[in-house]
Amino acid sequence: MSETTIPVAIGRSVPSAAAQPPAATRSLTDDFKLGLEAPICLTWELTYACNLACRHCLSSSGRRDPAELTTEECFGVVDELQRLGVFYVNLGGGEPMLRRDFFDIVEYSTAHDVGVKFSTNGTYIDAPAARRLASMDYLDIQLSIDGATAAVNDDVRGEGSFATARAAMDHLAAAEFGAFKISVVVTRQNADQLDEFRAIAADYGAQLRITRLRPSGRGADTWDELHPTQQQQRDLYHWLLDRPDVLTGDSFFHLNALGSEQLSGLNLCGAGRVVCLIDPIGDVYACPFVIHDEFLAGNVRDEGGFSGVWKGSELFRSLREPTSAGACASCGAYDACQGGCMASKFFVGLELDDPDPECVLGHGEAELERKRAAGELVGVGALPRPGQDHSRPGATVPVSIGQRPG
Amino acid sequence: MRGLLIAGSAEATEATGARVELDAAWALNPRVSIRPERFGALAYHFGNRRLSFLRHPDLVKVAEGLAAADTVADALRAADVDPARWPAFRRALDTLAASDMVVRRETTTDAPSDLDPTESASPPKRSVP
Repeated sequence: MSETTIPVAIGRSVPSAAAQPPAATRSLTDDFKLGLEAPICLTWELTYACNLACRHCLSSSGRRDPAELTTEECFGVVDELQRLGVFYVNLGGGEPMLRRDFFDIVEYSTAHDVGVKFSTNGTYIDAPAARRLASMDYLDIQLSIDGATAAVNDDVRGEGSFATARAAMDHLAAAEFGAFKISVVVTRQNADQLDEFRAIAADYGAQLRITRLRPSGRGADTWDELHPTQQQQRDLYHWLLDRPDVLTGDSFFHLNALGSEQLSGLNLCGAGRVVCLIDPIGDVYACPFVIHDEFLAGNVRDEGGFSGVWKGSELFRSLREPTSAGACASCGAYDACQGGCMASKFFVGLELDDPDPECVLGHGEAELERKRAAGELVGVGALPRPGQDHSRPGATVPVSIGQRPG
Repeated sequence: MRGLLIAGSAEATEATGARVELDAAWALNPRVSIRPERFGALAYHFGNRRLSFLRHPDLVKVAEGLAAADTVADALRAADVDPARWPAFRRALDTLAASDMVVRRETTTDAPSDLDPTESASPPKRSVP
């Protein structure tokens, strides 16, 4: 449920006053492409267990995995993150608060110099929990809603989930938690509600955070129905440019191809370079959106632990090598959009150097159509499926991918 | 042309900064953690959640040396920074001050002995919640 967040603003916010010699010869983006000594932050899904069954869940969560990391193993991971100087973790799931040791893990992290931000659907934030959370330092909370109204939200996240999330927000406000974050995945159904989301956030003194939908997890089955239209993407680009206070986890960098002005943030795919994912059973993937064997770098239970995976994984090494623009080489917008999102390409059956399926210049849609017609989609007839599926049987409405309307 | 430093602001509120004068005493904020990287270092502020990139190893040396130096100028000298480069370094420090990464010290290291020396004179440590 949580996803990549890089709280970095570059681009517009580059202080011109600092642009003096001795200047670095490489750009920061180039530095980051080569990979960092350790992630800036990483996503750590604590459990696949979830009381909800969101139709776009990127980790196909539902049932707890019996091989989940134990409390002691989680503490061990935190120790290692502390040694590596990882500044903070994004805890998610599943619903992370379903773990009985949730507060133990949070408290252990913050006591060991690893700040915590966690994503939750809010079900387990009642008045006492809100007071406990409000008493903790180095803690951020992201409450997920995917509609500014119950109708739009509950269609994706399940009956009653909007009221539940709002109740959690009320509890946090009453406990004077401070500025929590309201996290929204932008969909075709809610893209026209962005101002309403912002108003809800303002009411609570909260920060709005919007992120991009990927065809990952159960999102592979619902992407055709849920992903924003081209017009909505254009509107979103301008909406974000006008509202630098809205957080995005730098997830919309593919929109930069729309104009000369860049959205603030890191303009690159951080997978395996500045971010990664640790899943509930300790598997380390390049990013939260690619839970698939092809992007599995190792496991924190391996000899060498997480550091060994981050530093030694063949996969991560290859992701840090210079990439070719592939099919995008002839497009003048490549520097602006960097070819878009690896996960989005992978799960719709495109090659990793093809255009992003949501390319704002339409190259991705065209390539998808062409390859579909020519039978050239990767794994055609058997598109890549998530490597871990913990969906509860019958909890979601299956829709088969590939049957795009029109 | 790229500079010495790029400050992050996406997840933080606006902070007000003071100008970093060469003859004043400054220090890295004790809530800031610095992690070396091949291009310099990452600096993360656990209070306001800002991330900054110190894009030159010399700037890292200066930032880390502020607390032990009587003045900013002393810190620049201690890091062997050529005076011709001082204006650029000062602007970078101004930017760090604007995001509360470095803070002004009220006293210098030879402060009266009744002050707790760990307040200002000790090297910056990783902040402990």
